Amino acid sequence: MSDKDRTDDKERAVEGGPPKMSPDEAKRRRGRNIAIAVVLGLLVILFYAMTIARLGENVMNRPM
Amino acid sequence: MAMISDRLAETGRREAAGAAQASVSGGSVGDYIALLKPRVMSLVVFTALVGMVIAPGHVNPVLGFASLLAIAIGAGASGCLNMWWDADIDAVMTRTAKRPIPAGRIAPGEALAFGITLSVGSVLVLGLASNWFAAAFLAFTIFFYAVVYTMWLKRATPQNIVIGGAAGAFPPMIGEAAVTGHVSLDGLVLFAIIFLWTPPHFWALALVKAGDYARAGVPMMPNVAGPDATRRQIMLYTLLLAPAGLAPVALGFGGAVYATVAGVTGLGMVALAWRVLRRREGEAAVKAAQQLFAFSILYLFLLFATLLAEQSLGFGSLFAGWGR
Repeated sequence: MSDKDRTDDKERAVEGGPPKMSPDEAKRRRGRNIAIAVVLGLLVILFYAMTIARLGENVMNRPM
Repeated sequence: MAMISDRLAETGRREAAGAAQASVSGGSVGDYIALLKPRVMSLVVFTALVGMVIAPGHVNPVLGFASLLAIAIGAGASGCLNMWWDADIDAVMTRTAKRPIPAGRIAPGEALAFGITLSVGSVLVLGLASNWFAAAFLAFTIFFYAVVYTMWLKRATPQNIVIGGAAGAFPPMIGEAAVTGHVSLDGLVLFAIIFLWTPPHFWALALVKAGDYARAGVPMMPNVAGPDATRRQIMLYTLLLAPAGLAPVALGFGGAVYATVAGVTGLGMVALAWRVLRRREGEAAVKAAQQLFAFSILYLFLLFATLLAEQSLGFGSLFAGWGR
């Protein structure tokens, strides 16, 4: 990242705008975002599966 | 405590400086995975699985998988905290200079936050998936590795990896605790095997990489007590390790195949440690240490893989009088 880019970033930060990214930085951020989404999705599945496993046969026990 | 607050202040200063330069995190997904020390994680998963398999009792496969995942992530989290603390010495060692923090791809503060988040998350998941004794054990292990070993012992004493090795030896006990809610002599024996294996394994590497550790100021045994004293201690620990490797047979959870594997590979370890002790000069000394280091990995893998195979496939019990 050049000095000019850094100056631009600081100015954007002062203005409240998003930082300027190089294509490589944008690609890495996209990769991180996708990984976080996948991990969150897997955590939802994991907690659901753990809950069902913990409840066992009681999952069907719902007296009216 | 002063040391920790100093390091946190330094991390804060670097974060502030980093924020002034660029407000975008530069690390890729691969860098974050590297922070978890995947190779150490795989060993932890493997040994914890053996701890779970030898434990008496049944565990629901889903809960067993979740427990194993939590133990693995806990190990990764402690590795991440280790890399955050050791970034300064990692930068001057050839073996570790390309790690994400010294290479500048991940900021120290990001690594610290990542490590703490995963530590808390893994302990909570293990508590929910198995029991809170196992979760507390995992929390203690993370604390032991990140604080007792990394922050305190590693730079203070040549016995660093002896005591710190306990952190790497706890996973089979955590695995057993996840199934049974307590720890038995069986788990303790698996702990002892890894605990006694750690010094010959790491000191064989330290004999070869003594210059690296000296540059980083880490008081490894060869730099403090000298290579010859290190060789004697390697021999001593290996002589304790070889019979300890046979203890599962005496306790009944290792069968005839395990007895053979542990006996033969134990003798192999002793022979290689003897070679390290005798060959003290030049290329032959380096080669002997490298061979012991490489074989020690195979030794531990074979011992645990055989236990896993015997317990999973049930062929350990084919030999009456050996198995339980």
